[in-house]
Amino acid sequence: MSDATADPNKVEAPTPDDPLAQAKALDNRDASGRMLAADGTPLKRQLAKSLRVQKIRALMLIAPLLIFVLLTFIAPIADMLFRSVENQIVSETLPETVEALEDWDYESGEAPGEPVYDALYNDLFLAAEYKNHTRLGTRLNYELTGVSSLFRQAGRDVEDRGEAYLDQFEELNDQWEDEVVWAELMGSDEWLEAQRAWSEDSGDRLPRFQLREGVAALLPETTRSFLNFVEFIRTEDRESPLDEEPWSRVYTALYTDLMNNDVSAYSGPHAELLQEAAAAVPDFETQTTKEFFLSVDDDWADPELWGTIQAFSPDYTSGYFLSAVDMQKTPEGAALRNEDERIYGLLFKRTMFMSLMITFSCILLGYPIAYLLANLPARTANLLMILVLLPFWTSLLVRTSAWKVMLQQQGVINDVLVWLGLVGDGSRLVMINNQFGTIVAMTHILLPFMILPMYSVMSTIPPTYVRAARSLGATNMTAFRRVYFPQSVPGIGAGSILVFILAIGYYITPEIVGGTTGTFISNRIAYHISSSLNWGLAAALGTILLAVVLILYWAYDRIVGIDNVKLGG
Amino acid sequence: MAQTAENDAFVAFERVQKSYDGETLVVKDLNLAMPKGEFLTMLGPSGSGKTTCLMMLAGFETATHGEIRLGGQSINNIPPHKRGIGMVFQNYALFPHMTVAENLSFPLEVRGMGKAEREKKVKRALEMVQMGRFGGRRPAQLSGGQQQRIALARALVFEAELVLMDEPLGALDKQLREHMQFEIKRIADDLGITVVYVTHDQTEALTMSDRVAVFDDGRIQQLAPPDELYEAPKNSFVAQFIGENNTLEGRIEEIGGNRCTVRLDTGDIIDANPVNVKNKGDRTRVSIRPERVEFNPDLGPEAHTLKAEVKEFIYMGDVFRTRLSVAGNDDFIVKTRNRADQHRFSPGERITIGWLPEDCRALDAS
Repeated sequence: MSDATADPNKVEAPTPDDPLAQAKALDNRDASGRMLAADGTPLKRQLAKSLRVQKIRALMLIAPLLIFVLLTFIAPIADMLFRSVENQIVSETLPETVEALEDWDYESGEAPGEPVYDALYNDLFLAAEYKNHTRLGTRLNYELTGVSSLFRQAGRDVEDRGEAYLDQFEELNDQWEDEVVWAELMGSDEWLEAQRAWSEDSGDRLPRFQLREGVAALLPETTRSFLNFVEFIRTEDRESPLDEEPWSRVYTALYTDLMNNDVSAYSGPHAELLQEAAAAVPDFETQTTKEFFLSVDDDWADPELWGTIQAFSPDYTSGYFLSAVDMQKTPEGAALRNEDERIYGLLFKRTMFMSLMITFSCILLGYPIAYLLANLPARTANLLMILVLLPFWTSLLVRTSAWKVMLQQQGVINDVLVWLGLVGDGSRLVMINNQFGTIVAMTHILLPFMILPMYSVMSTIPPTYVRAARSLGATNMTAFRRVYFPQSVPGIGAGSILVFILAIGYYITPEIVGGTTGTFISNRIAYHISSSLNWGLAAALGTILLAVVLILYWAYDRIVGIDNVKLGG
Repeated sequence: MAQTAENDAFVAFERVQKSYDGETLVVKDLNLAMPKGEFLTMLGPSGSGKTTCLMMLAGFETATHGEIRLGGQSINNIPPHKRGIGMVFQNYALFPHMTVAENLSFPLEVRGMGKAEREKKVKRALEMVQMGRFGGRRPAQLSGGQQQRIALARALVFEAELVLMDEPLGALDKQLREHMQFEIKRIADDLGITVVYVTHDQTEALTMSDRVAVFDDGRIQQLAPPDELYEAPKNSFVAQFIGENNTLEGRIEEIGGNRCTVRLDTGDIIDANPVNVKNKGDRTRVSIRPERVEFNPDLGPEAHTLKAEVKEFIYMGDVFRTRLSVAGNDDFIVKTRNRADQHRFSPGERITIGWLPEDCRALDAS
C-alpha cells in the first residue's frame, strides 16, 4: 500500500475479485447510516425477516400450552382478582334508585324524598319479577345486617301496592281486567294484526312489539312499565301480551298518569274507558310509595340503609378490600370494624407467623439431611433420597390424618408419654387442633420441598473447597461456617421461598389439624368461596395474599438476590 | 548414608503404605526424603498413587502403615489445619463467595492475625504474583491464569515452608501453562520454599523440577534429576514414560562391564549398555532415543549396524521425523534436525542405521 501511495501512477482500479473491494461492497450503508444487506435492503429488516420464521415456529410450539395456561390459569385468576372490586350488582338491579339517590345527602340524617322511593318501587318491582332482588339483598347484607330480609320482604309485598289500584280500576270497569283491551290501548294496529296471526305452536318468533302512536306522550309512566312487562313476558315466558294480564305495576302507573295528565283529547281505542277512569281516579284510595315502603318496614326510612346503598352504588368498590383488612365502607367513609368483628388482621398475622415457623423448622430439619445426601457415597445417598421422597408418594390426606392419630390426646405420642410416666393420665398434652399441630404436620409435609433444592445446591459444592479451607488452617467448624455454609445459602433461599409460598396458601392440612387457633387465611377464603358465597371478599383476601407473596419475593430479591436462588445445577 | 539423609530431610516418607479397601495397596512401601528448598515432582499415570501420596502429606488421607515426617516430626496424627502446609488444588478451589483479597486473608484470619498485618501480607502476596490490582474482584471475574496466580498466592501468603500442588496447571491452555511453569518455578526459587508438585505431564515435570519421582503401580520407579531421568532411565517403564523411545526385544548374547551384545528376535546383533540385566541369556528390551540414532553411521570397526526401510517421512519444522521398519519394529522413529544438508528420505528407501553403544540401554523385558 505504501508503494501505491508513493507513486500515484501505479494505482490500479480494484478488480472485481479484489477481496478489499468486496469487503467494501459488503460494508454498504444508506444515507442514514443503516447497514444494508447484499441486495440493498436494510440489514435490520433482513435480519428480522429471517428471524420471524423461527419466532413463529417457536410460538407455534408453545401455543398449546400457552392457550391452556391462559384459559385455565391466567383467565380464572384475572377474573377472581376482578371480582374483588366488581360491584355492578347494585347499579344493575336498582338503576333508577341509584340515579335518584345522587341528589340525596347522607349527612342530612333524613330519609330521602318521594322520587327515590318511586324509583325504588320501579326497580324493585322489576327485580322481584326477575327474582334478583334477593341476590342484591345478600350482597348488601355483607355491609349492613338486616338488608337481606328487608329486600326479601319488600320484594314479596311490592305486588300489593299495585293490587290496590288494580282492584279499584276493575271495580270501576271490568274491561280493565281484559288483557286485550290493554294490548289495543298500548300497541299499534300493525303489531296487533301480527300478534293475532301468531300462534304459539307455529314456532315463529313473537312479533316485535310496537307502541301505538301518541300513547307514550299521553301515558308516559304506563308506557314504560307496560314495555317492561312486554319485554319480560316475551323473553322470560315467551307469552303473547294478548294472553297475559298486565302487572299490577302498570295499574299504579296508569293511576299516576291519569292524575298528572289530561286525556280528554285522546281519541284512540278505548278512549271512553280511559276518560271514564280519568274522571274517577281523583276519588281513588291512594298511598305514596314512601308510605307504602314504610308500611312494609320502618327500616326503609333508615338513613343508614340509604347511605349504604349510596356508598355501594358505583360499579367498582373498595368495600371488599376494606372488609379484608377489618375495615368497613360506611356512608361516612372507611372505618375500622368493631374490636370483636376484626378477624382478618389476626388471620393474616397468624398465617405469616406460622408460615415462617414452618419454613424455619424445615431449614433446621432439612439442612443436615441435605448435607448428608450431598456428601454420602452414592449408594447410601440414594437410599436416603428414597426416604426423603417417600412422603411424596403418599396421599396428603393420609399423611395429615396420620398426624391426627399421632398427636391427639388419646393418640400414640400421648400414650407413650403417659406409659413412660412423663405425663400424667389426667394432663395429656394438647398437640392437635391448635397451632402446634399445624406447624408439626405442615413441616413434615413441606420438608421435601426444602431438602431437594438444598441438596441440589450442596451437591454442586466441590469437596475441595472445604479441603482448601482446612489446608489453609481452618478447623472443621470454621471451614464449614466460613466456606461451606455461605455457598449453601442459595439452596436455603430457594427452599425457603418454595416452602414459605406453599405454606402461606396451604389449606388442607390446617383445615384438618388446625382446629380454630391453627387455621390459615386460606381456610377463611375457602369458607367465603364455598359457604358464605361472598366471592368478592374471598377474591379480595386472595388478592392481598398474592400481593404479600409478591412483596416478600421482591424483598427477598432486593436482600438476597433472586440470581442466588438455585434449584439445581 | 540413607540414615543421615533421612534425618536431615525436611519431608520424609518412611515405609508408607496406603489401602482404601483393605485388599489392595494403592501405595506400596513408599520411601522418600526431600531436603529443604527442593522442588520435587511426582509424575505418573493416573492411578499410580501420586495424588494419594500428596493427600497423605496434606493430611486428607491417613497412611495405613508407615510414617510421614515434616521437619523431623511425625505428622501422622496431626490434622490438616495444624500442619501449616500450603496447597494449590487442581481447580484452584478459590472460595467463590469471597473476593480475591478475602480469599488471601482467610488463612491469616483463622490464624488470628491482626487486620493491619493481614492487609500488608495480602498486598505483598498479590504483588508477588503480579495481581496487585485484583484484590477487589471475585474469582469468577478472573481468567484461568489469574485464578491460578491467586491460588498460588493464597497457598503462600501464610508463609508455609512446604507447598503442595495438585496438577495446578491442568486447566490452562498450552501457552499459559508454559508461562505459569516458569512463574511458579521463579517464585518457588525466590522464596526458597519446598514444593511437592503432582502432574501427569512429563514436560512440566522435566522443566520445573529439581528431582522427579516417577510413580507407577504404587511405587517410585525412579527418583532422579530430570536429565538423568531422561538420559539414564533405570527401567523400561521409566524409559517408556519419559520422552519418546524406540524399543527392540531380544536376548543377552554377551555381557561384560558396561557393554553387552544383544541378539534381537530377528537374529540381528546390536551393541548396548546393560542397565538392569545381569545374565547371559536374559530377555531384554533395548531402548534408544530417536535423536541418538544415526543414518549411515561411521562408528568404528567393531560396531554393529542394522538395515532399515523408510516407511514415512514427516516434516515438522524444526525437526524431521523418519519412521522406519527396523528388525521387525515398524514404529522405529528417528529424529533429525532440520539442517540444509540433511537428506530427506522418501518411503521405500533402504538405509543403514546405527548408534553409540552407550546410547542404547538394555533394560528389563517386563
